[in-house]
Amino acid sequence: MRLILPIVLAAVTVVLIAVALTSANATGKTVGISAGSSFLTPKPTTPDQALSNLLLNAKRRNWDEAFNSVSNAQSPNKKSFIQDWTGSYGSLRAFSALEGYDIRPLHITNDEAQMRVRLHWTTPVGPIEDVRDFRLAREGEIWKTVWPKSDMPIVPSQVIPVTYLRWDLVSGGSDDEWGAKNIDAPRVRIVSMNPLDFAEGAVVLGEVVNEDTIPAFVNVTATLVDGSGNAIDEETSFDKIDHILLPKQVTPYRIDFPKVKFKDVKNVRMNIKATLVPASADPVIGVMNQKVDPDYQGKAVLRGDLFNESGQTVNIPHVIASLYDNNGKVLWVADGYVERALLPQTSAPFSIEIPKNMASKVQNFHVVVNQYSMGRN
Amino acid sequence: MRPLLRYGVVCLALSLAPAWAQDITAPKSAVAGEQVTLSIAGSGKATFYLIGPGISNTHEINLGEEIKLRGDVLRTAGDYQVVVCGDPCKSATFYVMPAKPFSISFLVHPSRVPVSQSDAVSGVAFPFDQFHNLVLAPVPISFQLASGKASLLNKTETTKSGAAWFRTASSKSAGPLQVTAAFQDISAKRVVQQVASEPCNLRLTGQRNATGILVQTEPVHDCSGNPVPDGTIVSFTANAGGVKSTVDAPIKKGIARAQMDANGAAVISGASGVVMGNELHMGAK
Repeated sequence: MRLILPIVLAAVTVVLIAVALTSANATGKTVGISAGSSFLTPKPTTPDQALSNLLLNAKRRNWDEAFNSVSNAQSPNKKSFIQDWTGSYGSLRAFSALEGYDIRPLHITNDEAQMRVRLHWTTPVGPIEDVRDFRLAREGEIWKTVWPKSDMPIVPSQVIPVTYLRWDLVSGGSDDEWGAKNIDAPRVRIVSMNPLDFAEGAVVLGEVVNEDTIPAFVNVTATLVDGSGNAIDEETSFDKIDHILLPKQVTPYRIDFPKVKFKDVKNVRMNIKATLVPASADPVIGVMNQKVDPDYQGKAVLRGDLFNESGQTVNIPHVIASLYDNNGKVLWVADGYVERALLPQTSAPFSIEIPKNMASKVQNFHVVVNQYSMGRN
Repeated sequence: MRPLLRYGVVCLALSLAPAWAQDITAPKSAVAGEQVTLSIAGSGKATFYLIGPGISNTHEINLGEEIKLRGDVLRTAGDYQVVVCGDPCKSATFYVMPAKPFSISFLVHPSRVPVSQSDAVSGVAFPFDQFHNLVLAPVPISFQLASGKASLLNKTETTKSGAAWFRTASSKSAGPLQVTAAFQDISAKRVVQQVASEPCNLRLTGQRNATGILVQTEPVHDCSGNPVPDGTIVSFTANAGGVKSTVDAPIKKGIARAQMDANGAAVISGASGVVMGNELHMGAK
């Protein structure tokens, strides 16, 4: 009788451990696991299970197991397979972690399957969702994922001559003669401002131009004021702006006020701050093949390719777009990060979702590329 | 604590002093940094107080002797008060004027200005003596503005209440504008950068190459013929069959250049600020 309770407890413990190891949830959060083996991974007898195993191992960074579940292991080498998940060249993916995934079958036959996966990444710039289609093939009794060939460009060794152009700032010391080293702040101007209510709250958006002949670091602040003259909220454009503006350059900006509606707002006070900063005119990034297309869910998406015309790697490209109506009014400002680094003289695709209620009104767009390059920002 | 106590004693003495003020002989005015001699009638010992802008001082003196105030205690211009407390207390005041101009503080605005702008450059000069007192007496200040070897302005303005100023137009040529304010052998120099105004007649040329279309501007100038500063952004746009490509390219060595990704027929345009360039119609590859 005395042994019954310990035996029951031991049995329950074993059962719970087994359940925990075998039912690793696809969308569940993995906390504190950076690497490890899933020694109780179920046998991949179905496409769904095979892909689940691959994604779970990728999430746990268990690369040996993950690579074993790839069908064409000769085609992608292990290094490029891992780089697909972990990023390279200091890209955004290199600072991200796979948090979860949702698998949806598209097409399944006896020997082949097409699956669509929504990957949920945690990144330093907030959560990012990535949608990828995977093809799986049956090999005997088990299913394996056919890993696509890496599309990471290989840049050959070369010398790219660049006419280097930058602005340095010489600032005076405290013992300088009064008035001897006054340099005016750059002259910048808000060229448009459009307040509107959106699903998550109030939004103020528009465009800013640098009218000066020197670069400017700009930041736009908006204060919402109620009928009594009291400030309801004050927010800045944060990362929804290209902060460093070269002469005559235009950037969109967007300022979000969560949980505020414009019916409660009497006035909006705008403030733009421009500071003189050292800056470089490079890299030049072209935005090619821009067009609005529907995505797999039917949502309107602004797509295109970024082309790095310079000779230096852009680690984290950030795309910001002004969307205009047929009168040239800024309807919306959308942005998105590109998870892959942009190597010199290469392209990388981008896509930005356009809100459903705006898609039909968008007649034109202006895309700018903000960039973070290691050692320069 | 001691200065406060001294100040209290002096204030008390002053409240008793006015009736005997005429017994102290002081100059009506003096010059900053120069010695001042006071004579005080009477005999015996007394306590001497000096109160002025930024100074308070006390000494034991013998009445009837001359009191020499050194120049270094009279550096700051303003009203000074002397109180002598024997039996009873006596006081007198004198004014210390700024010395002759020693330096000029010169403020010029703006630090950058587009060419050919009327009333765009202004400057104000303040003469100070060697003890940093603002010289309030009228001082003729000579303002000289020169762009390269050309003189744009040469005029003299007399200070009013310690300030003299000018306002003038910027020149037609870009480049540094040397601005000088001078009085006798004292001068202060500032530089205003005159920059090109908006680009004028933006002309584009383009040619196909292996990777698309290389489009570039002709040397970009403003309407006065000044080259637009390097770094100014020219936005190139290519429209090819409903697909748009854009490149924001900085001007380098006077020319902006971009590689556009378009294989089919394309219409290419360029703009810098509010100025549009010509359209290029490129045929298919």
